[in-house]
Amino acid sequence: MSILLSNISKNFGQFAALHNVNLEIPEGELVALLGPSGCGKTTLLRIIAGLEAPDEGQVLLNGEDKTAEHVSHRGIGFVFQHYALFRHMTVFDNVAFGLRVKPKKERPSEAVIAKKVQSLLELVQLGWLADRFPDQLSGGQRQRIALARALAVEPNVLLLDEPFGALDASVRKDLRQWLRNLHQELHVTSIFVTHDQEEAMEVASQVVVLNQGQIEQQGAPAEIYDHPANAFVSKFIGQTNILNLEQNDMAWLVSAGISADNRHGAVAHIRPHNIDLEKASMSSDSPILLKDWQHLGATIRIELFNSQVKGGNSSLFAEMPNERFKQLNLNRGDKVVVNIKQAHWFN
Amino acid sequence: MKQSRIMPGFKPALSFTLVYLVLIVLIPLSTLVFKSLQLNFDDYLAIITNERIIASFRVSFVTSFIASIVAGVFGFIIAWVLVRYSFSGKRLLDAVIDLPFALPTAVAGVVLATIYQPSGFLGRWLMDNFGVKVAYTPLGIVVALIFIGIPFVVRTVEPVLQEFDTTMEEAASSLGASRLVIFNKVIFPNIFPALLTGISLAFARGVGEYGSVIFIAGNLPYISEIVPLLIITKLEQYDYAGATAIALTMLVISFVLLLLINLLQLWARRRSGQN
Amino acid sequence: MHTLVDAHGQASRSALNDPKWVRVTLTSIAVGFIVLFLCAPLVLVLYQAFSKGLDAYIHALSDPDALAAVRLTLLVAVATVPLNTVFGIAAAWAITRFDFRGKSLLTTLIDLPFSVSPVISGLIFVLMFGAQGWFGEWLLAHDTKVIFATPGIILATIFITFPFVARELIPLMQEMGFEEEEAALSLGASGWKTFFLVTLPNIKWALLYGVLLCNARAMGEFGAVSVVSGHIRGLTNTLPLHIEVSYNEYDVIGAFASASILAGLAIVTLILKSFLEWKQGKG
Repeated sequence: MSILLSNISKNFGQFAALHNVNLEIPEGELVALLGPSGCGKTTLLRIIAGLEAPDEGQVLLNGEDKTAEHVSHRGIGFVFQHYALFRHMTVFDNVAFGLRVKPKKERPSEAVIAKKVQSLLELVQLGWLADRFPDQLSGGQRQRIALARALAVEPNVLLLDEPFGALDASVRKDLRQWLRNLHQELHVTSIFVTHDQEEAMEVASQVVVLNQGQIEQQGAPAEIYDHPANAFVSKFIGQTNILNLEQNDMAWLVSAGISADNRHGAVAHIRPHNIDLEKASMSSDSPILLKDWQHLGATIRIELFNSQVKGGNSSLFAEMPNERFKQLNLNRGDKVVVNIKQAHWFN
Repeated sequence: MKQSRIMPGFKPALSFTLVYLVLIVLIPLSTLVFKSLQLNFDDYLAIITNERIIASFRVSFVTSFIASIVAGVFGFIIAWVLVRYSFSGKRLLDAVIDLPFALPTAVAGVVLATIYQPSGFLGRWLMDNFGVKVAYTPLGIVVALIFIGIPFVVRTVEPVLQEFDTTMEEAASSLGASRLVIFNKVIFPNIFPALLTGISLAFARGVGEYGSVIFIAGNLPYISEIVPLLIITKLEQYDYAGATAIALTMLVISFVLLLLINLLQLWARRRSGQN
Repeated sequence: MHTLVDAHGQASRSALNDPKWVRVTLTSIAVGFIVLFLCAPLVLVLYQAFSKGLDAYIHALSDPDALAAVRLTLLVAVATVPLNTVFGIAAAWAITRFDFRGKSLLTTLIDLPFSVSPVISGLIFVLMFGAQGWFGEWLLAHDTKVIFATPGIILATIFITFPFVARELIPLMQEMGFEEEEAALSLGASGWKTFFLVTLPNIKWALLYGVLLCNARAMGEFGAVSVVSGHIRGLTNTLPLHIEVSYNEYDVIGAFASASILAGLAIVTLILKSFLEWKQGKG
């Protein structure tokens, strides 16, 4: 089901949680609503679900205006941040709940329900837990049961509020992969909220970046990473070196071969991996020295030091594969020449 | 908590709540105000400044005050023992604390009167050994009100004592403080606001208490006659104006005292850095 | 709760240890106080009730006035408890599930009956429905009695026990939040189904606890009922009033036999309370 939000605004007292948000989500996508805490992403998700009513604007599902439709009739599946599993029911009864509360006419027989619940539990690979209570499950298991429960009513849209937020790092990694695979299998339009940019980039087919109640950028992960629409997105997604030209940082760019003619704004954002190094000859007049480095696994992070910069940033980070770093054969204190492959310019 | 507009049932739940509240509580209570408005101020003063009535106010408030302080001391010790120490039968004792909540006041009244009357088993013992007469004196009222007040203190102090961060004690101990200093400087300041709440609850309950008191009090005018009893006496004489004037005065004094106690609590809480 | 004591009753964290003499002294004071002040009265009720033997006890309880008092007490509880239970649930639902202006005032007002003396609680109903009261003449004209009759006793009892259920539910439901209820609604459940299938199972122990306290107080209320009842034997005497009348007539067995019933009720209440707290603690 496609989702269209037009001119959504929502205030909590004096606080404007969302301001004039427009968003279109095509059928079958797996979308991440990404932003810092308090940016309005959860509120937006709850408005799509019908758990919250917008002050202004409309929610259209498949082209139909559902703004006034109650959550129980919207045909959405919602996975809550802390799962909201019914504590007093077994896993089986939790998953069966949505089917059992259907009006008599639409309600499947207990046999059909049992079959369906079992197949959903198989889908989330937890068939053996049917008789347990939520308290007896691990966080990752609860998460998957919550998902199975939401899927039981065959929702047109699956909405997940910080689905991995409350989990250990290792479990989170596994579940991300698993959610992605599940989405490929089911193809139900899905939206999840996260504040973790890595998670959004890894899982989603589309990323929507929110900040202070407004959408900053929407696009595929690669597009957002390679072409950030503004300084906020560039800073929020991935690592970046920020050079403010009004603060004497110009020295960096000049030494990296970017002259005043090549400037396209007042602030340059440079990803660490867009900085390449050469070992400078002893006679070179490059002011940049290698200060230190850290192994990050497959890549090396290198901290550079510019002896000409007074005030502002005197250090810069570059990142490169281990192989390349070995080839360079650099030591602490070596003089280097910097080559900036790409920079994003903002005003 | 965030508002949830999708939750069903707001209007029926709130309407029923309000209607029921108005019918059962607010309208009946307002009769007290309207009835007393029918009195002119001089009449009101004449009723209230009657010597016997002033004496009853003194009896009610003084006995409640003493009883709530005593209940505070023993309640604190009981709460401390129940939280900090371990001994067999502790759970049973803990359950018994609520007895004054659960036992109807009339039962408490006749039992206490029987125990402390001159021929009762504690009454005789106290009389023979200390020459103290409990039943049918203000002391009897105090005893009954301690009985009524004790669970208020224990049940407000107990949870705070349980939640108390004992690493603070260990920190103080590591800094060289003695056990007594730790209690005075670390534990008590943190528990004090809760203790004050418990004492004020016991006090407020004591002022209005009727059933457990009248059997043991002896109800001698000027000496051991409490305000609630005087209200009933007025009613039995069909003196509605008198009953109302006394009741209203008592309510107002109680509320003013509670307000003062709340301010005191606020102050105690501020001083110990809580909220 | 911090565990300060290990399985052998030894304080395991030495800095938290009180000296032995302090522990012994304080424990003795606490135990002595509880036994002498709280347990002794309970024992004495039974001792007095059976002091003239089982036959006298049974005879006292089969007295028609005593039986009438038992019946009236049960009637009052049956009329009071369900009403206040429904009110408690409705109030807790409105207060914990929604935001509205005046919410904290409403919460305060619900507790109001607790800070009013029982005698005054009775008085206000006399002022409303008594012969000189607001509705006195109207009631007289329609030949209906509220004061010195069962309706007055029930009204005063409802007032006295008004906050019990709401007070138990409000903090619990506040703490619970409403994610589970939102989950049920998002799965298509109706409001009633959400309440009965999700809310009620989560609050049942606290609800039962509130009902229990409400019931104990409804059956045992003395001051308020004493004002509105008129002490008509066999007609408007509840059990607590019957105790008073018997006691004042030096009918010790009669008074304590009736008292033993209410003391039994108190013991049952305490046992159930401990059980419910244990249940609730277990989740």
